[in-house]
Amino acid sequence: MVVKFTDCVEIIGSKIILYLMIAIIDYGMGNLRSVEKGFLKVGVEVKVTNRAQEVSHADGVVLPGVGAFKDCMRELTRLDLTGAVLEAVTQGKPYLGICLGLQVLFSESEEFGRCSGLDVLRGKVVKFEFGARGQESDNTDRLILNSQLSTLKVPHMGWNALNIKTNDNPLFAGIPDKSYFYFVHSYYVAPEEASIISTTTDYGIEFTSSVRKDNIFAVQFHPEKSQALGLRILKNFGDIVAGK
Amino acid sequence: MLAKRIIPCLDVKDGRVVKGVNFQNLTDAGDPVENAKFYDKQGADELVFLDITASHEKRKTILDVVARTADDVFMPLTVGGGIKSLDDIRDLLNAGCDKVSINTTAVRTPFFIKEAAERFGSQCIVVAVDAKRVHMDMSFEPDEPWLSWLNDPALSAVRLTIPSHGEPVWALSTHGGRKMRRIDAVKWAKKMEELGAGEILLTSMDRDGTKIGFDIELTRKISEAVTIPVVASGGVGNLEHLREGLVEGKADAALAASIFHYREYSVREAKEYLRAKGVAVRL
Repeated sequence: MVVKFTDCVEIIGSKIILYLMIAIIDYGMGNLRSVEKGFLKVGVEVKVTNRAQEVSHADGVVLPGVGAFKDCMRELTRLDLTGAVLEAVTQGKPYLGICLGLQVLFSESEEFGRCSGLDVLRGKVVKFEFGARGQESDNTDRLILNSQLSTLKVPHMGWNALNIKTNDNPLFAGIPDKSYFYFVHSYYVAPEEASIISTTTDYGIEFTSSVRKDNIFAVQFHPEKSQALGLRILKNFGDIVAGK
Repeated sequence: MLAKRIIPCLDVKDGRVVKGVNFQNLTDAGDPVENAKFYDKQGADELVFLDITASHEKRKTILDVVARTADDVFMPLTVGGGIKSLDDIRDLLNAGCDKVSINTTAVRTPFFIKEAAERFGSQCIVVAVDAKRVHMDMSFEPDEPWLSWLNDPALSAVRLTIPSHGEPVWALSTHGGRKMRRIDAVKWAKKMEELGAGEILLTSMDRDGTKIGFDIELTRKISEAVTIPVVASGGVGNLEHLREGLVEGKADAALAASIFHYREYSVREAKEYLRAKGVAVRL
């Protein structure tokens, strides 16, 4: 295993400076450029990569992505990246999942039939279903009876507020309760362990908009699209990786 | 609660911002990136770049505009205009935009929307619907060969039929509102949703550039017909018009160009007005 020397060190005079490296995993889904530029904007070094080896050598791992759960799992598998992601997560490296990067941590998704996830966190990924279109669902407990809700659109697209449920998640340092972040998704996660829920958001139901378990941080919204507060989240993750 | 979105739109030609009335009488007014930063500071919820570059050689300029914007502005960015292929979409997404708005190509080949949604995900595929209210003496273009898909049983339901009892009906227009097509705008929006569109950008071509307000009846009709978000566009002249579109028109977002571009109102003023009127906005 060889890590490219120039990726993480810089020699200035006689001093060798070691950089912490955060790998942004590129598996061909979503707006990676914004995630990368967001980190750079707040002074955090990142590297976009689709190489398992680089992910293994990183000090922190970011898995972004929008789109379909199934495609995400397929592409991670095709690029031989599932092992590296799982390794990072189980070795205690700070992991930041964004949108799909949150969803794939869970056991399974009901999208297009059942699809298995990375199974790092116990729970399911389920679809927003409002009004008449949700009636094919077998989950009657989720069926929304309030007729007003039938006007809610799917995908849940736009700016919505966070209900912060915990004070000890450093990812949300400096983020006031009820702050708005940008969402775009049709599915949400339903964790089995309530203790991992850091924030919830109201959209017809109160759904889980972020989780934290040990080194695993994951958010349903897009910090890279959420202006100043979103950049603060990226900065906070950089600080977590740096052990600040 | 999900906030109603306020979206400034910038018309971009050859990499520069322009704004005209009904797509004519364009005036050159600045750098798109500077404009984007300006709206970012005001708390705009998203930005739309409408690329009206005509010449094929200069089409790549929008990619540079998007890339430079995405380096500095961290908010959702949509690009519309001239998107003809999956490669066009890929290039824009890679440059840093989040959604693409597709108009003419959807009308020419409706199944392109399905392909695009399957390849990139519905969340980034916006279909721009340019609609005009049908009236008695309106003349329609003859169905050109490229509209032969109207005979496809999977799509033929969108064909315009004029109700005998005088109910209002809207037809699709193409070529910036100049050509009317025998396609029912409401049925078309539903078909686009069915094929995988993630959002509808609805423009009333009767109202576009007039500053007399959205076509509320059209906006409500389409907002109620689809279960994906609808962005209302065309006709905003004051802040009350925004409220009408979002509340009476039931749109999920309101797009405006000139009132923001000519600094008649700031995005912040618009949101303060809406909040005072009880509309959920992000401030």
